[in-house]
Amino acid sequence: MGIEILGLPMMYYIAMVAKVLVAFVFVLLTVAYATYAERKIIGHMQVRLGPMRTGWHGLLQPIADGVKLFFKEEIIPSQASTFAYLLAPLVALIPAFITFAVIPFGGVIEVAGYKIPLQIASYFDTAAGRVFDINVGVLYILAMSSLGVYGIVLAGWASNSKYSLLGGLRASAQMISYELSAGLAIVSVFMLSGTLSLNEIVAQQSAYNGFNWFAFKQPLAAIMFFICSLAEINRTPFDLPEAETELVSGFCTEYSSMKYAMFFMAEYANMVTVCALTTTLFLGGWNGPMAIAIPLLGPVYFVAKVYFLMFVCMWIRATLPRYRYDQLMHLGWKVLLPLSLLNIVATGIIGYFIN
Amino acid sequence: METLFFLIITLVAIVSALLVVTCKNPINSALALVMTFFCLATYYVMLDAPFMAAVQVMVYAGAIMVLIVFTIMLLNIRVDATKRHSHKVVLGSIIGFFTLVNTAFIIMRSRVAMPNGPLTGEMIRQQGHTELIGREMFTTFLLPFEITSILLLVAIIGAVILAKKKL
Repeated sequence: MGIEILGLPMMYYIAMVAKVLVAFVFVLLTVAYATYAERKIIGHMQVRLGPMRTGWHGLLQPIADGVKLFFKEEIIPSQASTFAYLLAPLVALIPAFITFAVIPFGGVIEVAGYKIPLQIASYFDTAAGRVFDINVGVLYILAMSSLGVYGIVLAGWASNSKYSLLGGLRASAQMISYELSAGLAIVSVFMLSGTLSLNEIVAQQSAYNGFNWFAFKQPLAAIMFFICSLAEINRTPFDLPEAETELVSGFCTEYSSMKYAMFFMAEYANMVTVCALTTTLFLGGWNGPMAIAIPLLGPVYFVAKVYFLMFVCMWIRATLPRYRYDQLMHLGWKVLLPLSLLNIVATGIIGYFIN
Repeated sequence: METLFFLIITLVAIVSALLVVTCKNPINSALALVMTFFCLATYYVMLDAPFMAAVQVMVYAGAIMVLIVFTIMLLNIRVDATKRHSHKVVLGSIIGFFTLVNTAFIIMRSRVAMPNGPLTGEMIRQQGHTELIGREMFTTFLLPFEITSILLLVAIIGAVILAKKKL
């Protein structure tokens, strides 16, 4: 491949940078327009119009919001613990984005004779003739999502305000308890797939009719994982950490300007990540009709499924009222956790008799 | 490439490890400790042990440190952080000095062991690190594994009994 840098072909670096940029821009744009879509969808569900003034049917609203937040005054509370206060928004935002490193968003495409798998942390080994990716992909995602809790805890504590602290405590307790059930729900997928590599999991779900999807083999796990993920990213009906009626704005009460925007972006980026992960694990990833024959169709299917799940998130937000805190804990520890354990046992028994 | 990467990570690890002991604010030192754990996880990845890396981040950075941060926050020992405890400096430096001598001794006398036996980097990459650990854990080391899980169960029940006033 012509020029080599540090033992790897030039094309490797170009492909890597291109993939990172594409995924990053995709998530950023999705985050921006998810806020718009959410307001529009909920508006229409409540027989309102939603944003209409900025641009055609309010299409420029996210840009206007961004500009507004950018030019707002930056306030740091005088009693805040400055380092943690400044660090918190970054810690919240970064795990949401770097999770995308392991999510496969398409098959293998060929550019100028060089095969590029559409997954950031992977490469095509020409000698072995297959794609190598990080073989603990799912664990990596779980690890990153467990780091996301720091952003919220730090924000809550460092602001030195009672609303923030209460919001932060609620959020972290909620995230820790639901992380467990989410992790256990995924275990039953591993038991079927026998691998932790996301690329491999997607490959096992490739069938034209879609009945190879793990959502059909593990319907309970799929539903539980989605519910737990909603709770983990603090979406309605589990948005107690930022319950406006009780806590003003929860852990980000004291934040203003771009720092507030970063928390906001983190929330939506987490939503994209969770939907992408659910798609990958349960809905067949980038698979779909003709996806293997025409590699460029893969990302299209992937994005369509992710957007559908995001629509479901917004739909839930428009439909369900918020849980009470004790109900939330009851659901997490006494319903979802035993159910996910039961699901693992059932999967094990059925798997034993089928094999 | 890998050496350069190793040096960068090591620099970050050393700086954050120093920050753990020098930070005045306990929360900041806890955060520095998280950073150190993260660097350790990176070492595991470079040593062809991705499973260890993921578990390192998940368990240490994600669970244990969250607990520590929680404790620091709820105890609210920020006021205490400005006090100086000079009497502990002597004891600390003696322990530190002997640890340094010990470490230096180990480094001088030992040599770098290359991977021997069937577990080479190539073989781990072929079979998968998680698969290898899982297989060993549920065949050769089944008894220790089960004993550990019983130990954890006992600890959980103990914690519940301690925390609950009325049973």
